[in-house]
Amino acid sequence: MDQLSEAFINALYLLFSGDRELWIIVATSFSVSLRAILVATPIAIVIAFLLAMTRFPGQRSLVMIIHTLQAVPAVVVGLTVYIVLSRQGPLGDWRLLFTQTAMIVGQILLCLPLLISMAHATFAGADRRAWETARTLGANRVQATLTFFYELRFALLAAIIAGFGRIIAEVGSSIMVGGNILHHTRNIPTAIALETAKGEYAQGLALGIVLLLLAFGLNALLHLSQQQRPVYA
Amino acid sequence: MTLHKLFKLLSVGLLCLLMTSLFAAEQNKVLRLATTTSTENSGLLQVILPAFENNTGYEVHVIAVGTGKALRMGRDGDVDVVLVHAPTAEETFVEQGYGVNRRQVMYNDFILVGPQHDPARIRAMQDPVSALTKIAQHPALFVSRGDDSGTNKKELHLWDAAGIKPAGSWYRQAGQGMGKVLQMSGELGAYTLTDRGTWLAMRDKLPLAILAEGDPRLYNPYGIIAVNPKRYPDANYAGAMAMIQWITAKRGQRLIAHYRKHGEQLFTPMALKMASH
Repeated sequence: MDQLSEAFINALYLLFSGDRELWIIVATSFSVSLRAILVATPIAIVIAFLLAMTRFPGQRSLVMIIHTLQAVPAVVVGLTVYIVLSRQGPLGDWRLLFTQTAMIVGQILLCLPLLISMAHATFAGADRRAWETARTLGANRVQATLTFFYELRFALLAAIIAGFGRIIAEVGSSIMVGGNILHHTRNIPTAIALETAKGEYAQGLALGIVLLLLAFGLNALLHLSQQQRPVYA
Repeated sequence: MTLHKLFKLLSVGLLCLLMTSLFAAEQNKVLRLATTTSTENSGLLQVILPAFENNTGYEVHVIAVGTGKALRMGRDGDVDVVLVHAPTAEETFVEQGYGVNRRQVMYNDFILVGPQHDPARIRAMQDPVSALTKIAQHPALFVSRGDDSGTNKKELHLWDAAGIKPAGSWYRQAGQGMGKVLQMSGELGAYTLTDRGTWLAMRDKLPLAILAEGDPRLYNPYGIIAVNPKRYPDANYAGAMAMIQWITAKRGQRLIAHYRKHGEQLFTPMALKMASH
């Protein structure tokens, strides 16, 4: 119990003392994961949309494979990205290993299956009449599609939040391809791994609490932004 | 969020991504150092590297892993310089042409630690080989790093010298860093081999005691090696040499000598014969 209460007090202290080191780590975490989700979301939505709206042979198997890929351990994604980006690997000349870009690539791959699966479920279960109505009202195909997305924004937002939750908290891929470099690729989860290795349990737990509080803040913001808008549908 | 805004956001995101990639490519001021968990977990690097960065203008990116992996990173050209502790592996690394300009930097020593009540009765033994023999005969729990680190190599070497192939339920291979293995040993009431630096940094949190120490076979020297620029022409060789020169010269050596935890010196510099300081 001592460790737990100490951790909580530490977390509050860390958050409000303006600790520079902490905020660099927090900034790394959020900037990497936000960039990853920004890149992954449009890709995932397009793939999910095509999967839900078209018919082609092998489609069901493809959906099943994507569902299965949600279970790939983060370390396996990390190892794969590591091998590809290492100097000895196919993309070694890009010199991306141990950079934030490498972390972003790992996180994109990690959240894509989850995003696609959730967005696919959304589109598959959606009422297509929104699309058809938009078409009859004179919208072209792209406009109709965008209206369709807009009608489904809550479910899509839920998918994005779930994807973000997976990558902001993952340690296996980031520590491998980022290298846990101080002020550069050390994010909250890898910092927790390091503090734990050093036996600074309270500090590690405190960082975990900081992560949760900030993630909560971000989610609250997203939800508020949803509610303030007039609802057309 | 309007769609227009969303597109704007997305393009900003993509631009950021592109820019980090560009920055990553422009990195002659960035020096990548692969090193062992012991130098990082003991807190030494956080003290000496800022001084190096101030003196030379390089930005050091530390990747702390086991010695085996650090050397592998050097071999693959993923880092510019390695600071490790496994003399035999270091020599092979240089002989095979992966590294150049190996220099000795500092040393500390390995110690055998274990539970206070010392079930295998090895307390105050100097000879690590007979201490390990007693642990195996008892048999008492022993946690091995099991990760091909410098400490792991040393441990296996000692088992070899004892003529024992450690196996069985008393011999646990953790596959983790030194700090983690010390914690596991504390929780399990097990023996383990550790470098003194990590031990001093962590002993307050551990229900363990030093049980065997002081044998020359437990000597633990650290070497620094630049990754061979002939193999990887775009490695930051100038930065690697700057680091080697700095850490083996007066300034770096003095900082190493002055680094203390609980009043005890963790590493002894060995690159210079220093009169006194």
